[in-house]
Amino acid sequence: MAALGSPIVWFLAVALFWFALGVLGLARSRSILYIGRMLFPLGAVGGLVLAAVAFGAIASTPETLVLPIGLPDLPFHLRADALTCFFLLLLGTVAAGISIFAAGYFRAGTGSTPGLLCLQYHMFLASMTLVLLADDAYAFMVAWETMALSSYFLVTSQHRVPEIRRAGFLYLLIAHVGAIAILLCFGVLQGGSWQFTFDAMRTANLSSTWATIAFLLATFGFGAKAGLVPLHVWLPEAHPAAPSPVSALMSGVMLKTAVYGLLRVTFDLLHVQTWWWGLLLVGLGLFTALYGVVFAAVQTDMKRLLAHSSIENIGIIFAAVGLAIAFDAYQMPELAAIALAAGLLHCLNHAYFKSLLFLATGSVLHATGERNLGKLGGLARRMPWVAGLALIGTAAIAGLPPLNGFVSEWLLLQAFLFTPTVPQPFVNMLLPLGAALLVLTAALAGYVMVKFYGVIFLGQPREPKLEQAHDAGRLERLGLLWLAAGCVLLGVLPVPVFALLSHVSEFLLDTPLANHTPSLWLLAPISAARASYSPLIFFVSILLVVAIAFVVVRRLYHGRVRRAPPWDCGYPALTARMQDTAEGFGQPIRQIFESFFRMTRELPSPFDARPHYRVQVADRLWHALYLPLATAVQRTAELVGKLQHGRIATYLLYSFVTLLVLLMIVL
Amino acid sequence: MNAIDVLTQVVEVLIAIAVAPLYLGWVNQCRAWLQNRNAPPLLQTYRLIRKLLHKDAVLATHASPIFRGVPYVLFGTMVLVAAIIPTISVDLPFGRVADAIALVGLFATARVAIALAAMDIGTAFGSLGARREMLIGFLAEPALLMVFFTTSLLVGSTALPATVAALVQHELAIYPSLAFAAVAFLMVLLAENARIPIDNPATHLELTMIHEAMVLEYSARHLALIEWASALKLFNYACIGFALFVPWGIAGGDAPVTALLPATVLLAAKLLVAGSGLALIETVSAKLRIFRAPEFLATAFLLAVLGMLIRLLLGS
Repeated sequence: MAALGSPIVWFLAVALFWFALGVLGLARSRSILYIGRMLFPLGAVGGLVLAAVAFGAIASTPETLVLPIGLPDLPFHLRADALTCFFLLLLGTVAAGISIFAAGYFRAGTGSTPGLLCLQYHMFLASMTLVLLADDAYAFMVAWETMALSSYFLVTSQHRVPEIRRAGFLYLLIAHVGAIAILLCFGVLQGGSWQFTFDAMRTANLSSTWATIAFLLATFGFGAKAGLVPLHVWLPEAHPAAPSPVSALMSGVMLKTAVYGLLRVTFDLLHVQTWWWGLLLVGLGLFTALYGVVFAAVQTDMKRLLAHSSIENIGIIFAAVGLAIAFDAYQMPELAAIALAAGLLHCLNHAYFKSLLFLATGSVLHATGERNLGKLGGLARRMPWVAGLALIGTAAIAGLPPLNGFVSEWLLLQAFLFTPTVPQPFVNMLLPLGAALLVLTAALAGYVMVKFYGVIFLGQPREPKLEQAHDAGRLERLGLLWLAAGCVLLGVLPVPVFALLSHVSEFLLDTPLANHTPSLWLLAPISAARASYSPLIFFVSILLVVAIAFVVVRRLYHGRVRRAPPWDCGYPALTARMQDTAEGFGQPIRQIFESFFRMTRELPSPFDARPHYRVQVADRLWHALYLPLATAVQRTAELVGKLQHGRIATYLLYSFVTLLVLLMIVL
Repeated sequence: MNAIDVLTQVVEVLIAIAVAPLYLGWVNQCRAWLQNRNAPPLLQTYRLIRKLLHKDAVLATHASPIFRGVPYVLFGTMVLVAAIIPTISVDLPFGRVADAIALVGLFATARVAIALAAMDIGTAFGSLGARREMLIGFLAEPALLMVFFTTSLLVGSTALPATVAALVQHELAIYPSLAFAAVAFLMVLLAENARIPIDNPATHLELTMIHEAMVLEYSARHLALIEWASALKLFNYACIGFALFVPWGIAGGDAPVTALLPATVLLAAKLLVAGSGLALIETVSAKLRIFRAPEFLATAFLLAVLGMLIRLLLGS
């Protein structure tokens, strides 16, 4: 690496390169060809370079860099350590896939011009890189806000639609409430030294009360960005509003910067950890996961469904991080390393399969112009590429072996299960219950994904216009293929990734991740006798057994295949409207988890000539928490507004009274 | 891992594939006797499969490759499951490749595959069956995993061969945690294998059916594979039950090759008893409405959790 310059310079160079690409987009801002065929593929190359350098640098010692820009006496500090490198690797590889897809995806529409989108998109990428690199509170907040703003503009690129403007506003609001909490958290962390570099925070001595306050502020602030319940409301609004590559980037990568921030604050900047922090996070995470997946089950809009599923996955990641904190506080570093590895691996996995699915919905959207699950169907025949690759993503997110979603769930369950050595008996008892909740969530995720895939791609087209749907273009396919390959590779060969994760846990916990059977294909995180899993052999066996079954049956019984109309129990007048819709598929979940939802239903009476069934499912938290809050703010604003009536004489009076009061205090 | 272990593994899988339809035939025969009907021959399932394999397949006009591929996937996953479960010996090379969690993952894979195939044609029955299957599945899967967790806590390993090896050596004692887990497992077995009280394996064209609704569109060799896979699934579930709750007789770690023979005989005896027991349960219970299924499975889940808590709190 020395010959090529230090990694951190490379990281910075890629960020600047992305920024430059964005600005170049403005040069010919309406030329799809220039932006799509040149700038976006170049951006993908940038992502690959970033990932390659991060991959090489993850094992090396942390490097720092002080930039000569910033406020006087407050230069930007940058730093690249194992944690940064891991997340940069995630950002780089996933962004490469998304950029390639985006190269074929963006076209002139009613919203922002392609050039503007290109600027915001690359600004978004560059700011995320800087968030991960920042080594002082000031640089971090600047990058964090740039990230929020650039993504806000991307969300509202179709700004003529009122709902999208509203979604963007909600996103910006919650992003800023979270940012304030993060700012306050840094304020606490400096611990009276008034030095805002992370180095100073590492050495600051905080009392346990202040450390707890800092942790809670960080949980709130980063939880708002990640979509932890009850701060999740922006996700299902913003993700459907944004163009699909942007949703993919936000869900796949941006949510992970929040995980990064939380890890940075709790493990790197704070030294003391208390066991109940971990339990709090585990509880919050598992509740979020269940909440997200239950809502995903009743969605009828495909992108909203995926947004809710992101909430679920973020919950699982937070639960893993919480578990790591708890184990770390109990002085059980090996188990903490496993829990942390499960969380980080799930970050990586989620980045791949969720981006893949969001991009697939983008292709569907372009081909059909339809986001409503009730109006799609049967697209597997019209869009074989998208359907085939989306199937991989669906199986991965449903946690089916041997794909990548299963590996992280397996690891997390192992971490949850082998806890009987925890010194507190009731924690000992609670944690396996957490495993139960996790399993329930994972099983529900399977339900949701069958619904997602089955309703969109299988069956018969529910609308006549779907017959004209066409498959995705070549660049889009390439992007999907890249991400799908990631899902398969991470699932089949997770052991090399464990080497990367080991560096991260060595950095954060001073304990490398143990792999008791050091071979490329066997995974045994605790010990080989306790649990082992070999995805590669597993995968090969599945292929082999299925192939043997196929060959034997086809060799011995080569009967002809006849095509006929579907039988359907002899019912001849089959129409596409008789298939289960998304509402129908989600109905059992709606019934079982009724108390989660706020439902308004209109049932038809038996005598209706044109019966209509309408059901609307809303989030209880929205009505229980946000609307009262909004009303209270509005009331207060009205009261304050009474002070202002536009007469200069009154304002002068205010100034006079203020002056008098101040003088009274001073004298 | 030596040649004998590999051979044992292969023999075990072959036994599973060959015996599974026989086991299903035995259950059906017992059920017919208990219900005062003339029993079908013991080999009826083989005859059915043979007949189906010889027919020409009829596919719906717009069936996609998923529809045609799923029967093979289904059969393949069930064979793999059979490779993970120790039925006659615990020296299984494949046991290290996949543990109990991966086993549940395999069941989930099979379930998702068949649900997707059911939705592929786009008939009302197919998607209805898929929805119900996924409903039963997402409730049964956690219960099954909790059962595995309880037994794995007993021995500190999620690998099935290790679990069984440890359980075999335990002396005959009643573990309350295992008793709870066993009841929970039995309930899961009934639900997952489309048995009464959740589903009726003998029904066709009934509004309450689950499994049959999904495979209505299949014919010939595809249907044969699906039937075979269902028989294998029932066999596998029975063997999981034996391995966890009545493991005696399964050849232990260092047992000589000759120990395999009594183990096989004992397995046959267990299957005979379990098959008649299953038939008895199905005869004396009534089918539940589909809306009662969640309660049934939630009970199973709670029992499994209770078993685990007993294990953790009382250590028994």
